[in-house]
Amino acid sequence: MALTLMKGSEAIAEAAIRAGARFFFGYPITPQTEIPEYMSARMPEIGGCFLQAESEVAAINMVYGAAGTGERVITSSSSPGVSLKQEGISYIASAKLPCVILNVMRGGPGLGSIQASQGDYFQATKGGGNGDYHLLTYAPASIQEAIDIMMFAFDKAEKYRVPVLFLADGIIAQMMEPVEMPEMVDFKVDPEKKPWAATGWKPGDDPAKRAVINSLYIETEALSVHNESLQATYREIEKNEVMWENYKTDDAEFVITAFGTVSRVVKSAVDELRAEGVKVGLFRPISVWPFPSDALRETAVRDQVKAVLDVEVNEGQMLERRDQAEDPRNEGGYVNVCRI
Amino acid sequence: MSVVFEKTQLLTDKPFHYCPGCNHGIIHRLVAESIDELVKEGKLEAGNVIGVAPVGCSVFAYDYFNCDMFEAAHGRAPAVATGIKRAKPNTLVFTYQGDGEKIVTIFVNNAIYGMTGGQMAPTTLVGQKTTTSPYGRKEEWCGAPIKMSEMLAEVPGAYFIQRCAVNNTPNIIKTKAAIKKAMQYQLEGKGFCMIEVLSTCPTNWGLNPVEAMKWLEENMIPYYPLGVKKDKGADAK
Repeated sequence: MALTLMKGSEAIAEAAIRAGARFFFGYPITPQTEIPEYMSARMPEIGGCFLQAESEVAAINMVYGAAGTGERVITSSSSPGVSLKQEGISYIASAKLPCVILNVMRGGPGLGSIQASQGDYFQATKGGGNGDYHLLTYAPASIQEAIDIMMFAFDKAEKYRVPVLFLADGIIAQMMEPVEMPEMVDFKVDPEKKPWAATGWKPGDDPAKRAVINSLYIETEALSVHNESLQATYREIEKNEVMWENYKTDDAEFVITAFGTVSRVVKSAVDELRAEGVKVGLFRPISVWPFPSDALRETAVRDQVKAVLDVEVNEGQMLERRDQAEDPRNEGGYVNVCRI
Repeated sequence: MSVVFEKTQLLTDKPFHYCPGCNHGIIHRLVAESIDELVKEGKLEAGNVIGVAPVGCSVFAYDYFNCDMFEAAHGRAPAVATGIKRAKPNTLVFTYQGDGEKIVTIFVNNAIYGMTGGQMAPTTLVGQKTTTSPYGRKEEWCGAPIKMSEMLAEVPGAYFIQRCAVNNTPNIIKTKAAIKKAMQYQLEGKGFCMIEVLSTCPTNWGLNPVEAMKWLEENMIPYYPLGVKKDKGADAK
């Protein structure tokens, strides 16, 4: 297949459409505004729906509504906007609605800046909205990887009935790279596969099939059962969906950890250091929730490894400072985690 | 013996949890009967209706309306309904609560936050005592109560806005006619429709049901005048 030179934001938007997304609800914010702009032109061409909501809060609730009918729905924003969406994301997670959410991270906290950042790692992987829930969260390092993940993101979202979050950053949305764009997926809602979706129940139909898209469980026992079922799903995801990359770590004495676009800078550094004879490698989580803990332990906790360096465009959220205080040789402890 | 009256199939058999004298029960029935009648009149395909429940005492409306239902976050029902309507453009989509789509909003105005135990709402009348306005609402401190129907009638996208009450039989009949008209407008692809229904909250007003109805008539209706605030359909004729 031929390579096409594409801007990240437009390539991700096109990939979403090819993966079956037919509904986009969003609100402009730098550095991801090209995504809604692209969608506004492209969706009508394919009979899809682009709607600029009055706010991020409204947009995520429109996602809740449309996703509840079983359609493939996507929304996109950047850090401050994603913060506004957190309430709705919590409701969507509880109501078990599949959808895809893009966070093109910019600097924070607060209004921050429009430069690329990785400052929303905590928010993405450790909560965000209220309650015990997780999003299947991917941190692509290239435009191509974002496209490739998008092509299975909706399938995963529907398999587990969880929202999928792309934790991207401003660089990936704003840069251009040659990419291979897959063919269009022929997606139609199959009511048999989505018995939970609101597709037109009427009196006389099986009462068990009446769709109630809901996150309220006023009886504590019922809420407990609901939470247990959510947690069981998360354990399944942890078991099946961990993704990472090891780059030249087999004989590495130094392991550098990084996610997203910054890992590509690290990769170049690894190659340069290798040329100077330094045995160094890169460990890169691709899924940041679930986090590839076992793979990182196997990579980093080895006798030959002298140090682990963590490189993030934040103050060290992925490998938190508490890891440093642990005995370097105890289970789960990494050797001399340094931060750059 | 012939059947002269049956409960509409658009309501489930689950008993309402509402307080004695509360108007939600009447309004639920009017909404459900309107949908039912539209189906029987061949204007709406059975099952082609999705409702959105709010946060508030009617949060459990998904247990009562016998159709596919969504429960929305507080204040977000119109946005949720917008998402549903875009995905299901030929479906009658209604929200039960209190801009901007070809949907029908049933806005129940009882001048108080009932579910949480009677706090001041944007619609609480001046002088009205609630648990967060224990000395009575003061306009210079809290602003004036919002007249939603008059406000939304000014929005260009609004097609039909009417304020009703269910305090007596003639008004109940008028309310149902308004709800049904709003639903018909939606099915015809017109704009946003809202029916504001003045309602009692005896429990949190601290009145018995009869006193509450009297209070509604003497205090709410003068401030919130009943009637059609906008009807582009009638204007066109």
